[in-house]
Amino acid sequence: MGDEARYGQQLFQEHNCIACHQFYGLGGYMGPDLTNVISNKGSAYARAFLMSGTQRMPNFNLDETELDAMVAYLEFVDTTGRYPAAEYRVNWIGTVVQNDE
Amino acid sequence: MNDNQSTIGLQFMRLGMLALAAGMLFGVIGGFQFLFPEFLRELLFTKTRPLHVSLVVSWIFLGAIGGIYYYLANQCRLSLFSVRAATWHFWIFIVTGLAILTCYFAGKFGGREYFEYPAVLSIPIFLTWIMFGVNYFKTVFKSTEPWPVYYWMWGTGIVFFFITFTEAYLWLIPYFRDNMVREIMVQWKSYGALTGSWNMLVYGTAIFVASRISENPQAARSKMAYGLYFLGFFNLIFGWAHHTYLVPSAPWIRTLAYAVSMTELFVLGKILWDWRGTVTSYQKNRHCNAYRFLFASEVWVFVNLILALVISVPALNLITHGTHITVAHAMGTTIGINTMILLASVFYVIREELPLEVHSGCSKQVKLGYRIANLSLAVFFTSLVLAGLGKGLYGGGSFQEMMLSIRPFLLAFVVSGVTLMIGIWIVLLYAVRLINLCIDPANRAELAAEY
Repeated sequence: MGDEARYGQQLFQEHNCIACHQFYGLGGYMGPDLTNVISNKGSAYARAFLMSGTQRMPNFNLDETELDAMVAYLEFVDTTGRYPAAEYRVNWIGTVVQNDE
Repeated sequence: MNDNQSTIGLQFMRLGMLALAAGMLFGVIGGFQFLFPEFLRELLFTKTRPLHVSLVVSWIFLGAIGGIYYYLANQCRLSLFSVRAATWHFWIFIVTGLAILTCYFAGKFGGREYFEYPAVLSIPIFLTWIMFGVNYFKTVFKSTEPWPVYYWMWGTGIVFFFITFTEAYLWLIPYFRDNMVREIMVQWKSYGALTGSWNMLVYGTAIFVASRISENPQAARSKMAYGLYFLGFFNLIFGWAHHTYLVPSAPWIRTLAYAVSMTELFVLGKILWDWRGTVTSYQKNRHCNAYRFLFASEVWVFVNLILALVISVPALNLITHGTHITVAHAMGTTIGINTMILLASVFYVIREELPLEVHSGCSKQVKLGYRIANLSLAVFFTSLVLAGLGKGLYGGGSFQEMMLSIRPFLLAFVVSGVTLMIGIWIVLLYAVRLINLCIDPANRAELAAEY
């Protein structure tokens, strides 16, 4: 993880984003899972939400450096795996083999 | 007996009940915010959620710790090794708790989910836990008899809380923090095992109270009781991983966790079921409030067992993971099992402390609150499961559209959350009033003289 992403991770914790969002389905359910928000929607999309908030999400008034760091962190998370599983097979004992992780 | 020996545990219990009352209020506020994001915007959901979780988890610890201090000193014929250490434990808990709540209100975070406060505030929690552990083991080592199973369970819970709470802070080390998958696995391994450690404290309390109500101490020394202990211990170590099936970790971890999860909770249900058959109607009436709550916990054990089994099957976990079914699992166990057991413990203590003329062991107010709470919890739990299924099976579209599709279930969840809070408050109002009578020295002296 680079320094910018690490700063983004720190900001993510300081604003308690996990109260509403999830990574790999773990976290709060007020907002969507963010594991692959970058590859699914793009950096600009994530940045726009961070800049202005929504009806459900407050505007945290992040400055440019902080916005860059948050996006860098989400980009880093995006590289770690896929969630939810898109390609998988279920074995007869009920276990799952995920092909795209 | 030293008066503090008998009252320090009661003070923990009273503080726990106040924490539960406040925690439920923040839970209800958070529920409304979940449905109506504009509701009480000054107190964001990012604040109400940790306020709710921290206060309710505090209740579980305070209720369990209070019971342990009380039972050792008053029922197990062991005087506490250090009442002063227990008193320090109590006051440091209050000061740390107030500091954590202040941070949440002020929006000062920095920790991880469930421990969102700045990490430095964990230091006093570590210190008090060491004090508690030393006090506990120094006290029970005085016992000259073989330990009943609840001594083992309490001791294991104390040791493993310390280990798992330490694990929960490994993210402070870059080796963990910089690797997302490693860090998330360690984090959820620690949370799952930490829950297992408090379950050891609470289930130990359940077995203690059940064996005392039935006046059958052998219930806490049976093979089945020790079987539960070892199974609970096994689950404490391995049974956490259904939360991380979908994190890209080593496959053998998931398979092992799957196998272990299948054994969860079964023996506890068996023990409580067997215990119910041994209690006479006289004993049920003498401790009718405590009996009632233990009975409720028994029913919720079975309901939660079914859900735990379902979400532990990886193929089904694909649908349930990351949905409100996980919340149903958490709420069902913390309210239906832990809270019911700890309320049974509170009412058992009250019955033991107060003369029959002051408290008969039964009350209409508690019965009313008990019924409202359990009926509400049933609706609350079902709504969460349905909302989770709605989310898990949702075919596409945006997050907002999915939320709209499950809104009726979320509405039922919020309304039943309000009635659940009312039911529990009715019970707590009664219990706190009587615990006050037990704690206040003037009342204690007066009651002692009168009866």
